Amino acid sequence: MIIEERFRRSNTNNTKKMEVVKSVAEKRRKRNTALPNEIITLTNVCKAYSTGAPALKDVNLHINRGEFVFIVGDSGSGKSTLIKLLLRELTITSGHINVMGYDLARIRHRKIPKFRRNLGIVFQDFRLLKDRNVYDNVAFAQRIIQKSNKEIKKNVPSILAIVGLAGKYKAKPKQLSGGEQQRVALARALVNKPTVLLADEPTGNLDPKNSWEIMKLLEQINESGTTVIVVTHNREIVNAMQKRVVTLKKGVIVSDEEKGGYIDED
Amino acid sequence: MRISSFFYTLRQGIRNLFRNKWFTLASIATISACLFLFGLFYAIVINFQHIVKTAEEGVSVTVFFDQGLEESRIQEIGEAIARRTEVADIRFISAEEAWESFKQEYLGEYADGFTENPLADSANYEIYLNDVSMQSALVTYLEATDGVRMVNRSELAATTLTGVNALIAYVSVGIIAILFAVSVFLISNTVTIGISVRKEEINIMKYIGATDFFVRSPFVIEGMMIGAIGAAIPLGVIYSLYNIVLQYVLLRFPMLADLLSFLSVEEIFNVLIPVSLGIGIGIGFLGSIVTVRKHLRV
Repeated sequence: MIIEERFRRSNTNNTKKMEVVKSVAEKRRKRNTALPNEIITLTNVCKAYSTGAPALKDVNLHINRGEFVFIVGDSGSGKSTLIKLLLRELTITSGHINVMGYDLARIRHRKIPKFRRNLGIVFQDFRLLKDRNVYDNVAFAQRIIQKSNKEIKKNVPSILAIVGLAGKYKAKPKQLSGGEQQRVALARALVNKPTVLLADEPTGNLDPKNSWEIMKLLEQINESGTTVIVVTHNREIVNAMQKRVVTLKKGVIVSDEEKGGYIDED
Repeated sequence: MRISSFFYTLRQGIRNLFRNKWFTLASIATISACLFLFGLFYAIVINFQHIVKTAEEGVSVTVFFDQGLEESRIQEIGEAIARRTEVADIRFISAEEAWESFKQEYLGEYADGFTENPLADSANYEIYLNDVSMQSALVTYLEATDGVRMVNRSELAATTLTGVNALIAYVSVGIIAILFAVSVFLISNTVTIGISVRKEEINIMKYIGATDFFVRSPFVIEGMMIGAIGAAIPLGVIYSLYNIVLQYVLLRFPMLADLLSFLSVEEIFNVLIPVSLGIGIGIGFLGSIVTVRKHLRV
């Protein structure tokens, strides 16, 4: 009943919804001023798998706080490897990698959870828990970082209102469209208020209309102060959004342009 | 850990039980079977040990004194014996008591022909031991004591009872070890399946920043609950069966009631409840913690 009341309020009052976005942005701005500007630094990073084939070769990349960056490239170009390195799912073979002040080549195993709590991650295949409804999927992220029930009951309806799913909090993932499922995934990634949001092909399974809606949401999230890194194949979106574009080819950065476009393979 | 997180973890552990319910049921059934055997074996062993102990209490060493030994010396010897750790009880039997007992047991009315006590030098100490295996040490001491003429003992009873006790101990340890290993293996299998079923969820948890402890706890709780339920079922069954079986045995073999003394179900359960639950929860904990450490690289 309390949750429903929260949703009702969130849903019916758009002014309040915007206030939430603004207050999050304000808090983030305050927090950001205390931290160094460069949030992701890769220096001469190489990553080779045990098969021997190098996935990334001598990559140098610097991303500032609050940036919106597209990482593009064809299959096998090293995009996914890059995302996995940023998540510290993989470790580099050589070079230096620093994300939000954490040296990921040297970070201790027990510090990894704390590091990841500052990251939000969205996947192409949504990766929602099929046996739980929308509310529980989002609350799951908060439970993992051991937020109190009171905080969860406050935060989850707010974030669902931001992604436009306040009215569907009881629905199970299979009752939602692809676009809606990706919104749930976005809400789950955002509810812990990450400093950096990594989106790995977030529109890969979506039709153009839903793809645009997701990208608009990502842009909105970026405007509130979150650094957003999107790995994508979607040429139309990359070209239209006029953001920074980093292009990878066979494990090497071949282009890094402010307000760039999608570079063809040939 | 916050209280809300604790309850969340507990709920997840319970949900895990129902997620792969067939494996959970199989694990509970097997642990129940193992702990039922353990309980049954324990009840038999503890009763047997009780019977052996009762028999041991009846095994005594008798000490006779040199002819004409002064009463003060006899008393001194008695005090020295009573101080020894292996001695549970010591009773002085005077020559008159010995003769009275002999008359009643063997002579009856024919004893009237005796005018003097033929067992005049038969005053003795009857010594009862804490542990029959200590009999040899006591006898050696007694034989070396000044004023002692003769020491009577039951060597066969002592060695037999000591041997039976040792055998029971070895067999118990062996069976418990096997049951332990089987149960750990089963719980480990159930938890492994639970982990593979929840692989996706575990991956998401890792990406979001769950600690190792938070990811692993529900599986450990699941294992411990399987162990606890697996222990509770056979305890209930044994509790219900014990008196029925005991009454049946005593009814069918009434001569056993005179020869043997059995323990009550309460006496057995005072130990069996904590031990069974401890083993059940312990193997649940061990099986799951080993498995999550092996299969859950978080």
